[in-house]
Amino acid sequence: MPSNTEKDAYSGQATTGHEWDGIKELDTPLPRWWLWVLYATIAWSFVYFVLYPAIPGLTSYSKGVLGYSSRVEVGNKIAAARAEQGRFRDGIRQSPLAEIRTDDQLLRFALAGGKAAFADNCAPCHGVGGVGNPGGYPSLADDAWIWGGSLEDIERTILYGVRNDHEDSRSSQMPIFGRGEDAVLTPDQIADVAEFVLSMSKRSKNAEAMKRGAPLYKENCASCHGPTGKGDSEQGAPRLNDAIWIHGGSREAIIAQITRPKNGTMPAWSGRLDTETIKMLTVYVHALGGGQ
Amino acid sequence: MTAVTAESLALAKGDENVTYNMTVVRQFTLATAFWGVAAFLVGVVIALQLAFPILNLDLPWTTFGRLRPLHTSAAIFAFGGNALLATSLYVVQRTCRAPLWGGPSLASFLFWGYQVFIVLAGTGYLMGVTQSKEYAEPEWYVDLWLTLVWVIYLLIFVGTLMRRKEPHIYVANWFYLAFILTVAMLHVVNNLTVPVSWTGVKSYILWSGVQDALTQWWYGHNAVGFFLTAGFLGIMYYFVPKRAERPVYSYRLSIIHFWSLIFLYIWAGPHHLHYTALPDWAQSLGMMFSVMLWMPSWGGMINGLMTLSGAWDKLRTDPVLRFLVAAVGFYGMSTFEGPVMSIKPVNALSHYTDWTIGHVHSGALGWVAFISFGALYFLVPKLWGRRELFSLKLVSYHFWIATIGIVLYITAMWISGIMQGLMWRAYNDLGFLQYSFVETVEAMHPYYVIRALGGILFLVGALLMIYNIYRTIRGDYADDRVALFETNAPVDSGQVPPATA
Repeated sequence: MPSNTEKDAYSGQATTGHEWDGIKELDTPLPRWWLWVLYATIAWSFVYFVLYPAIPGLTSYSKGVLGYSSRVEVGNKIAAARAEQGRFRDGIRQSPLAEIRTDDQLLRFALAGGKAAFADNCAPCHGVGGVGNPGGYPSLADDAWIWGGSLEDIERTILYGVRNDHEDSRSSQMPIFGRGEDAVLTPDQIADVAEFVLSMSKRSKNAEAMKRGAPLYKENCASCHGPTGKGDSEQGAPRLNDAIWIHGGSREAIIAQITRPKNGTMPAWSGRLDTETIKMLTVYVHALGGGQ
Repeated sequence: MTAVTAESLALAKGDENVTYNMTVVRQFTLATAFWGVAAFLVGVVIALQLAFPILNLDLPWTTFGRLRPLHTSAAIFAFGGNALLATSLYVVQRTCRAPLWGGPSLASFLFWGYQVFIVLAGTGYLMGVTQSKEYAEPEWYVDLWLTLVWVIYLLIFVGTLMRRKEPHIYVANWFYLAFILTVAMLHVVNNLTVPVSWTGVKSYILWSGVQDALTQWWYGHNAVGFFLTAGFLGIMYYFVPKRAERPVYSYRLSIIHFWSLIFLYIWAGPHHLHYTALPDWAQSLGMMFSVMLWMPSWGGMINGLMTLSGAWDKLRTDPVLRFLVAAVGFYGMSTFEGPVMSIKPVNALSHYTDWTIGHVHSGALGWVAFISFGALYFLVPKLWGRRELFSLKLVSYHFWIATIGIVLYITAMWISGIMQGLMWRAYNDLGFLQYSFVETVEAMHPYYVIRALGGILFLVGALLMIYNIYRTIRGDYADDRVALFETNAPVDSGQVPPATA
């Protein structure tokens, strides 16, 4: 021991006799409580060590007295949760959509399950509660249906999506009318068609242009959107004679859509969500406001 | 006896032949202050981005994904790293009574080499160059450069220890050496990558799957353990007794807690991978070692706080000491919170939530930054030969503004994190999730705003420090200094020894 130890006047503790740049150290013993808590954590760890998997070997590991496995545990929890829902899930899987609508218990279950699945899978595009989003994400809470609003139509749209790689995907393409060398319509003609389209929702202010647009509409647009603009859900052609617009209802937006159309897409959810979930989503979306 | 006269005495008692290299310490000190403000500023920006996503500006270079590693690396490696380099090179010289090994040019290379590393890493992040490993994002070319710089650091540090004129190695230096050695090992192992080509930035890591995850968190947790804990305990062990002018509380405690900390910390990493593909036995070990780590961590807190015995009254008058002591308090708090969060059922709630972010920041802001501020305020007058700081009142303002900032930050993150965890696991009576992810994000918005406010306060405090340091270096004294420092001691301007020839 160094001989130049001294007694600290405040604590009465001896110093160790070392000094660095004016710093000295007291020779205080370890605080008892500190030592005992350290021992306690070591003892606790030892108990855990025995009870739970802890020691790796070359090909396996110690399983612990309790035989705990996190993988088995989560599997059991999922199985238990499924079992609790089992009766309803079986009911949903086995019943036709229309029957789910009329069975109080199944309907309540489907609406709850559809709501949860919708919030995590559909809301990013279609908005919370299906109110839609600007930029081509249609509202699902009204009675305007691009691809049909019956239970079967909605289920099909969810299962296979729109304009994607799935072989059963809904598909149709609005042609490009105003681009390229041999464009179908000239800019003036497109403006006239737009004026006619506006007249369907009683918003045309230029009767001349509207009259010029009428035959052009009949020739180019009516086969899909219908002569009065009531649309055709078989072809995914939206209704034009109401106030609901996917890509905007202003004169400019309509001209842009005719000139170089945006064709919306939606992923196929079959294979990603299970049958019951898709059925529950169908019932939920159908009930949002405008199911047919 | 004031700190000033202690300094003069130590110089007088020291070997006349010893001329310390303080130039490099001054450089690292200024770099610490500079990068600190940079790190806090980017932190404020990304906190605001989380609250108001429009601030991502829709540009690739300014999105959260690129700025987040810029913030974490600036805080840990640029601010924290420069603080560790500045203090370790100061402490090792003074407690060994030996100049830096390798002379001024090697020290100069260390300084500029480290700054080049920071700039290379940071520019890489902004351009989208990343290994996607948390806290180890820099690609292979930056890693190689840092390895070179770090080996030089090790050589300088160990070389200086070996030419010491004191019989024993002071405890602060044990911690610094453990930090330098372990970080070298962690850095090399976690960055064993194969570059796609010598002219490209992309590389692939040697590890794959869960082995890669475990290596990453062995690295990541020990970056906390050895960079942000062991290294900064080195700062604590020198600056607290020095500023309090009291002997270190317990030499024995320092030995026991040093070795137990070093031994236990290195095993705790798997607690970052609870309930993942990591085998159960590894998760168990990670949790057990984290729990056993509680007292070894607290040994440092006890030694720091109890060193104040007989000097607690100084906290009233000395805001610099207040920074150092509050840092030790935050250290104690977050080293208790850490083991608690490593316990699996607690982790099931806390993991992936903002609680983790709050925990990290009570350590990063409360411990790492506060102890660094204390050390900077201690060092600047000494390094530039001033009797005291320009204004202790400004230090006091800095202290309170930053403390309020931290409290806002961590309480907001506790509430938002625990709420987030509870919302994620909430089921309704039919067994479906109660909340969608989007709803949890919406619920966190107010707390994100409070967090950003806390960050802004912390940044404002740091700007006060920059001003104070600037005026101190200029040689100004505000007339608000408290009585404790109104001494007749000579101003030791010009007493700073020249760099080693």
